[in-house]
Amino acid sequence: MYAIIVGAGEVGRYLGRELLGMGNEVLLIERDHRICEELGDELGSVSLCGDGCEVALLAKAGIARADIFIAVTDQDDDNLAASQIAKQKFGVPQVIAKVNNPKNEHIFAKLGIDDTVDRVSLVLEHIKLLIPMFPLIRLLNLKERGLDVVLVRVAEDSSAIGKSLRDLSLPSGSVACLTIRQGQECRVPEPGTTLEAGDQLVCLISSGSEEEVVQAIGGVSANQRPE
Amino acid sequence: MNVTIMGCGRVGAELAHLLDAEGHRVTIVDTDSSSFDKLPPDFGGTALLGRATDEEGLERTNIRECDAFVAVTREDDKNAMAAQIAKEIFNVPRVICRVYDPLREEFYDSLGLEAISPTGLFARLIKEKLEK
Repeated sequence: MYAIIVGAGEVGRYLGRELLGMGNEVLLIERDHRICEELGDELGSVSLCGDGCEVALLAKAGIARADIFIAVTDQDDDNLAASQIAKQKFGVPQVIAKVNNPKNEHIFAKLGIDDTVDRVSLVLEHIKLLIPMFPLIRLLNLKERGLDVVLVRVAEDSSAIGKSLRDLSLPSGSVACLTIRQGQECRVPEPGTTLEAGDQLVCLISSGSEEEVVQAIGGVSANQRPE
Repeated sequence: MNVTIMGCGRVGAELAHLLDAEGHRVTIVDTDSSSFDKLPPDFGGTALLGRATDEEGLERTNIRECDAFVAVTREDDKNAMAAQIAKEIFNVPRVICRVYDPLREEFYDSLGLEAISPTGLFARLIKEKLEK
């Protein structure tokens, strides 16, 4: 497989290294001469120095035969321009862009770039996973299906404690897939499973129903929490 | 006409001045306050300090009432992104953007923007002059 990566920052470099390690053909396009030299020393001749949004440079990079194109610079406008050219001008089969400002994600989608990775939200969710006060954490977003895999926590003061799963008014389309209880093995829950304080549930929910899920588990969401 | 211009470089400032002098309502945006020094002292439009390459930044300009949006910063990618947001999110009727890369002019045209490459334009102008 031939992969072109635009932007040899941390993400670009680690990805390049992994793809190379799996035996793929990789080209990293980077503006900074010094970074290109470092790449040469480390990985061999896998980099091209220049602007990854320039049509002539991309043509020279053999973009027409690329199987996958990944734009991971720190500038959203660069990532958008590069991925639009790759997808819409050269027809690269798979195009992925990093989005640095979460507010730009829907703009990318509107402009034809659906496969995006929202850097800030990813880090945020991982931090929230480590702080018990957050009632719901998004573990995985299955965009094309409109589904999210989330982790929900049953708080100490939750009104759902002692209730069974079948008595909770989870929004339609939501399924609890796994219960995680302190000191016990993880279990696939049954409708009769009763909740205890401190339980964590891994649920599959439809995107946008986070608020309802938090309420059903008897928690208080960030939006309702008094200042 | 109500026009928003992004980028107060030489071209942006001159365009703002010309349109303003003809009585159009002009808003010009730039991230560098000293760039507004290029505007004439009698400029009657609005000079706005800030970004216009994202939705929030554009919202702060008068983009919703705008008849035309012109993106002329130094960077092609910024121009292209702002122009596409103006067109696709805010439905501005006319959107013009400058792209230095002549090979991208046609591409952005195909996306519905009116892209102008100064490189290609200038080369054609010189050629015409020589052929006269």
